[in-house]
Amino acid sequence: MSETTTRHIPDRLRSPLEARLKSWESLLLLVAVAIFIANSFASPYFLNAWNLSDATFNFTEKAMIAFAMALLIISGEIDLSVAAIIALASTAMGAAVQFGVGTPGLVLIGLTTGLACGAFNAVLVTRLGLPSIVVTIGTMSLFRGISYIVLGDQVYKGYPADFAFFGQGYVFWVISFELVLFALLAVIYGVVLHKTNFGRAVYAIGNNPTGALFSGIRVARVKFILFLLTGLMAGVAAVCLTSRLGSTRPSIAFGWELEVVTMVVLGGVNILGGSGSIPGVVIAAFVMGLVTFGLGLLNVPGIVMSIMIGLLLIGVIALPRLWEKWRRRVARA
Amino acid sequence: MLQRLISSREALLLGAIAVLLALIATRFPGFIAPGNLAHVFNDTSPLILLAIGQMIVILTKCIDLSVAANLALTGMVVAMINVSFPGVPVAVILAVALALGTLMGMVNGLLVWKLQIPPIVVTLGTMTIFRGIIFLISDGKWVNSHEMSEGFKAFPRAELLGLPMLSWVALVAVAVFAVVMTRTRLGRAFYAVGGNPHAAVYTGLDVGRTQFWAFTISGALAGITGYLWVSRYAVAYVDIAGGFELDVVAACVIGGISIAGGVGTVGGALLGALFLGVIKNALPVVDISPFWQLAISGAAIIIAVAVNARAARVKGRIILKSAEQAA
Amino acid sequence: MLMHFQADQAPADQAHAAGTPVLALEGITKAFPGVKALDGVSLRLYSGEVTALVGENGAGKSTVVKTLTGIYQPDGGAILVDGAPVQFPTAQDAARSGVTAIHQETVLFDELSVAENIFLGHAPRWRFGLIDWRSMQARAGEILRGIGAEIDPATRLRDLGIANKHLVAIARALSVDARVVIMDEPTAALSHKEIEELYELVEKLKAQGKAILFISHKFDEIFRIADRYTVFRDGQFIGDGLISEIDEAALVKMMVGRDVSQVFPDRQSAPGEEVLQVVGYSHPTEFDEIGFSLKRGEILGFYGLVGAGRSEFMQALFGITRPSKGVTKIEGELAVVRSPAEAIAQGIVYVPEDRGQQGAITAMPIFQNVTLPSLGRTSRRGFLKLAEEFRLAREYTERLDLRAASLDTPVGSLSGGNQQKVVIAKWLATKPRVIILDEPTKGIDIGSKAAVHEFMAELAAQGLAVIMVSSEIPEILGMSDRVIVMREGRIAAELEGDDLTPETLVRHAAGI
Repeated sequence: MSETTTRHIPDRLRSPLEARLKSWESLLLLVAVAIFIANSFASPYFLNAWNLSDATFNFTEKAMIAFAMALLIISGEIDLSVAAIIALASTAMGAAVQFGVGTPGLVLIGLTTGLACGAFNAVLVTRLGLPSIVVTIGTMSLFRGISYIVLGDQVYKGYPADFAFFGQGYVFWVISFELVLFALLAVIYGVVLHKTNFGRAVYAIGNNPTGALFSGIRVARVKFILFLLTGLMAGVAAVCLTSRLGSTRPSIAFGWELEVVTMVVLGGVNILGGSGSIPGVVIAAFVMGLVTFGLGLLNVPGIVMSIMIGLLLIGVIALPRLWEKWRRRVARA
Repeated sequence: MLQRLISSREALLLGAIAVLLALIATRFPGFIAPGNLAHVFNDTSPLILLAIGQMIVILTKCIDLSVAANLALTGMVVAMINVSFPGVPVAVILAVALALGTLMGMVNGLLVWKLQIPPIVVTLGTMTIFRGIIFLISDGKWVNSHEMSEGFKAFPRAELLGLPMLSWVALVAVAVFAVVMTRTRLGRAFYAVGGNPHAAVYTGLDVGRTQFWAFTISGALAGITGYLWVSRYAVAYVDIAGGFELDVVAACVIGGISIAGGVGTVGGALLGALFLGVIKNALPVVDISPFWQLAISGAAIIIAVAVNARAARVKGRIILKSAEQAA
Repeated sequence: MLMHFQADQAPADQAHAAGTPVLALEGITKAFPGVKALDGVSLRLYSGEVTALVGENGAGKSTVVKTLTGIYQPDGGAILVDGAPVQFPTAQDAARSGVTAIHQETVLFDELSVAENIFLGHAPRWRFGLIDWRSMQARAGEILRGIGAEIDPATRLRDLGIANKHLVAIARALSVDARVVIMDEPTAALSHKEIEELYELVEKLKAQGKAILFISHKFDEIFRIADRYTVFRDGQFIGDGLISEIDEAALVKMMVGRDVSQVFPDRQSAPGEEVLQVVGYSHPTEFDEIGFSLKRGEILGFYGLVGAGRSEFMQALFGITRPSKGVTKIEGELAVVRSPAEAIAQGIVYVPEDRGQQGAITAMPIFQNVTLPSLGRTSRRGFLKLAEEFRLAREYTERLDLRAASLDTPVGSLSGGNQQKVVIAKWLATKPRVIILDEPTKGIDIGSKAAVHEFMAELAAQGLAVIMVSSEIPEILGMSDRVIVMREGRIAAELEGDDLTPETLVRHAAGI
């Protein structure tokens, strides 16, 4: 206690730049670059603007959800129903098509359905105080179940021609609408999480919900908003995906919740809440997209990619811990 | 003690199942004929087996989302062994299934124990990895009924005292784990570790190691179920039992097993699974499309967790003397 | 003066009284990254005697307990049982050697039965390794009766009250046929009557020849039940001896390493106009008809036994829980407080007792903790302004003389006293009208204690209205202008001036 007698306390010991260089995000960026280089050597078709542009569709829709999911996980909650929300929102849009609703109406219906599903989760978690992991496993079955009830083994088709823009349109040359939307949302979520009072509250809640409540943070309200946002993002993804596929089956986006969570965790977000960043999630999206695309070019089947993603998920968490263990053992010896 | 074992939560669920059966019986009396009920039980046996394993994992504050993938991979491996070596006896097949399932459970358990990776992350990962491995070893092909030996397919259907072996395996598992959970050190350790991990350390219990055993048991049960599943349906492919892990978690939640750990019984897991089993088997009888099943089990999860949470709500501290008398 | 104790240091001098210690630590060291928690400490426990382990927080007491019970492995030194060196690689090895501990927070299992809580880890077994429930319950019943506890061994633990849970913890310690019983602040959560019962129990254990290690912050109880003392300071062994050969002042001096008479700041209290008025605050189970008024510049003490409902009432006042009836008026105007956010907006802030959980967000940096409730002022249209945050955090932490390497270090890396300063700084930055301090100096070292007291006096002098909840009589007497005594959820007395004596406080609190 007595060694620090200075009254003046410096703001920081490490510069923000130094902290950034040593961060998870920098490591991930190196991985992304390495995969990029490996891909360009592995396949002559990789370094082609149109191919690269196509590759972005592998992650843009999932990443949109991942941004909101990142905030939700940082706050200590999780939403496993996002893929089911896509199914329900897509089904709602498909049903509306049968009644001749036009493109603006379809988008509105897709987003509203997402928002409504998010609100349903939010009420169950924040009002009734139920654990989000169980609640959203429940709503995951419920939402997709409703799609199955409505559609059975049928398919909704016949989306209006101009509806295709969201999933298939290009804004400029090879820059797709989805890629622009992805970039825009990345900036918005990055600013919200890192530059606003709301973002600070999210971190505080994730680190210590009781402490946050005792500091005057409206914990329930913040969590409510986060579930709403996640639902809304699933609605946005539903619009893009439905537009891209041009049809709706109840099995649409099956298993996406796992890929979204993987993307978030790979991006350095602590699954137990309290830490993580949007730039990390953005880089993780690129890493996953590049891996999928690279393997695709090498004609590796999709399911093998899922092995890679599973290994990636465990590996990125396990390796630093193994390294730490090994270092401690060496230090002791 | 007996009353304690059948606490109100299980009684409530038993009541709910009885009411459900009664409602169905008013229009379709055949549904509650002993023969049909035995069929429902048999059909629910795989779910019961996995729910028992999942219950133990959830007791220790973990979750195992890889059980269905474990089941599918084990099922594929034993099916392929059967195709290549039709002469291998069922006992060996069962041993292989048990060993393989146990091994996969141990992988989960080790990652949770030794590297302290959150269980949801571990099992999300191994779930995709196990499924992927099925594809790699089978090259994406199916193993069909005609390729399997008769002995391989006959075991789950073989009857003993009027019940198929599949049902017997589930009954034996229920009985064994009812004893394990109430009467062995390990069984009680599962409760202690999940109920108060901090205190468990002081009692000389290793939290991580106990979780490891929970995953191992869950994996072993998934392995056995893998063989039973594949031989009963006489088919193996990458996606068998896809999404079944959610039904398993649903059975546990409906059975009153608290996701926060430390609370739950084998009886609860059994009843939770039966509740879902009755619904699944009743739907075609009462002429509701099977597409309703997913939504119904989703709704059942939400209702069950809400009801359980209400019962377990922490009451405020009782300080006032008057309130103490009232309570 | 210190030299005198150094001379006494050789513990061998005392061996004449009781022969070989049942359990002894010799030169134990234990280091954690950045800290040397134990630096060559010694401790000797004798059969049939109570040894009090005395030291400030951070002296290494809990590390010693964890070493003795096999939770930690020492880096150096020896553990001796009956003079023979042993090792405790796991908690069970320690238990096998007859060492058992009753911990600070009663560490038990709510979902398991009383009998299981007593026997977990060493349950009587039956054939095939199965637990024999019947003999387990019979034996649990025996042990419970032996300590005069009327508890059914089949009850689920969560249906018991705190005092009964404590008895179960003690029964657990006895069930292993312990030779050494460690009691880590056993009276912290007990009422007066329960403490008396615990003392009787300690006497009983002594009579049975058990060696008892008693860890306590309360000097009155150390002098009442201990036979020997051992003092640690900053992880080092300072001295030991017989209680009968030392007095309180000398023991305190050994503990803190300097002369400390607990001096409270000299205050000239001149309360101003009324700030806060509380009328008829009631809750179904926690408190009833609490009402008082509070003036600017006043320090109002809330005294009572642990569990008298003081913290529960304060949390209702702060909007954490809702009262079933009652109103709050701030400067004469009705104030609606349904959440902490609304309380803060009304100028009521609360420094909770549980610092790690409720007070600070320990994983986050100091400056973010300080500005958390004031973000509205350090930001523009909801966007953070870091420079503004650092400025505000610096202003208030420096006023409190916070010792920290930098403002972006996590609060969790600070000492207890400095963490408390961060929490207080956080609330002062909101410019409150009423500050509630719940056990503000609990678990912090004596130096920081004095700083907090001084600061409280300064706040009152600047016109802030202060409510201080405390269970320490010297603190209540030394700081308060006026004291409200609570008992069983109700106001038992309001004391002022000459009525304010240790005797009146205890009398009203205990209801005698």
